[in-house]
Amino acid sequence: MYVAVKGGEAAILATHDLVAEARRGDENVPELGVAQIREQMGLACGRVMNEGSLYDPDLAALALKQAQGDAIEAAFLMRAYRTTLPRFGSSEPLDTAKMSIRRRVSATYKDLPGGQVLGPTYDYTHRLFDFTLMDQAAPAESPARPATQPLDASMPRVPDILGAEGLMEEEAPPAGDPRPFDLTREPVTFPADRDVRLQAMARGDEGFMLGLGYSVQRGYGNSHPFVGEVRVGEVAVEYVPEELGFAVDLGDVTLTECQMVNQFAGSKEVPPQFTRGYGLSFGHSERKAMSMSLVDRALKAREFGEAATYPAQQDEFVLYHSDNVEAAGFVEHLKLPHYVDFQGELELIRRIRKEREQRLADQQSEALPEAAE
Amino acid sequence: MTDIATRQHWMAVLARATQGEIDALLQQAGPLPTHELLKAPETGTVMVEGRAGGAGRRFNLGEATVTRCVVRLEGGAMGFSYALGRDGRKARLAAVTDALLQSEIETGPLRRGVFALAQKQQAARELASRKAAATKVDFFTLVRGG
Repeated sequence: MYVAVKGGEAAILATHDLVAEARRGDENVPELGVAQIREQMGLACGRVMNEGSLYDPDLAALALKQAQGDAIEAAFLMRAYRTTLPRFGSSEPLDTAKMSIRRRVSATYKDLPGGQVLGPTYDYTHRLFDFTLMDQAAPAESPARPATQPLDASMPRVPDILGAEGLMEEEAPPAGDPRPFDLTREPVTFPADRDVRLQAMARGDEGFMLGLGYSVQRGYGNSHPFVGEVRVGEVAVEYVPEELGFAVDLGDVTLTECQMVNQFAGSKEVPPQFTRGYGLSFGHSERKAMSMSLVDRALKAREFGEAATYPAQQDEFVLYHSDNVEAAGFVEHLKLPHYVDFQGELELIRRIRKEREQRLADQQSEALPEAAE
Repeated sequence: MTDIATRQHWMAVLARATQGEIDALLQQAGPLPTHELLKAPETGTVMVEGRAGGAGRRFNLGEATVTRCVVRLEGGAMGFSYALGRDGRKARLAAVTDALLQSEIETGPLRRGVFALAQKQQAARELASRKAAATKVDFFTLVRGG
């Protein structure tokens, strides 16, 4: 039996007002503008776009404002908004080799064509507080001084350099270059192919992917990787509208790409080669792209005939638990009313206890006469 | 009739321009021509595809918001706009610009305006690249011992 209980409406309306007040905080402090969040909290916006699976920096900033900075709640807002939009189609596959590079580093080659470009990174900061930021004392002019020459117009992707020597697992489209599976449209089945895994990981929770990637490094999965390359920058998105019949450049998206180089695999047909792990994400989001590439390689266990012993090697485990909107929904639904379910449990435990008491009493009364003999 | 590559180029420039920039561009060419909205500005998404390893199997990275608009001028020329984001007004102005550009001579004000916008965008890209280039590592080797 399902019993609907009403009466929470007024309380819910009141909580909407109260959360608006909590979100605003002290009214003596100026309110945040969405553009300020977009420009000054760009890394947070990147995370929200990835996990919300929607590239739109303005909306990501709005989502963060509305969610009081809660990244998962913000991703939920992005996902919900996305469902209201028509989908025009799919882009042409991105060409990351044509990226306008802002940052590009390799841990495998010191002197690679195009060079090591550190770009904007916290990697070499001392993690000491800059208290001048507390006083809003940012200099009026950017301290970044440009070099006289721009970077090389095109920089080869590092695995392609190894690939030219035949030392790298080949990465070529399957015959016919098929359309990718879309997990937002079709139910996922297992074993899941690489396109499904990559899509799921791209929208997966950064913390979950980081934990899994870390587990692989610590021994819960066979991985001994090098960062072949991490690159960050802008890539044009091209789309072919049916009515035009030619590719239209829609503008640039900021992307982070990670190519992980792992130890060897070979077979009777193929000599030993380095194997690859791949990560790609919206915005400047290296931790996410790197974690994804570690887990991508771990999930290839089946393809390389490795035992899938650990969580990061098991596609069903990874894909069913990486989506933080789904995970948060299921975990947090526990706080919603379960009055009737719990009433059932209460009745059950009372009955069990009563039966136990009865049983103990029966045993005692059976035992007593024997003792008297 | 313009060739496709030329039209692709100005559409790419317009996609990267702001609403204000396109508005200013159109004003240089005179009053906004009367036009019919064949497809009113509409925001939707395009699923952005990547390739595993950069060159391998296609996969869905995630969607991006895109706004499109199709207009027809009184003379019959059709203009299109497709660009990232949710700016409907920009889409409409860009579609009108696309329609006008198709019949404009190469030395016309819109062509020159698009050229100036392209230069501005290229300059911004180059400045960003030069700033990145300032962070390029210049390795040198320390010789130790004898």
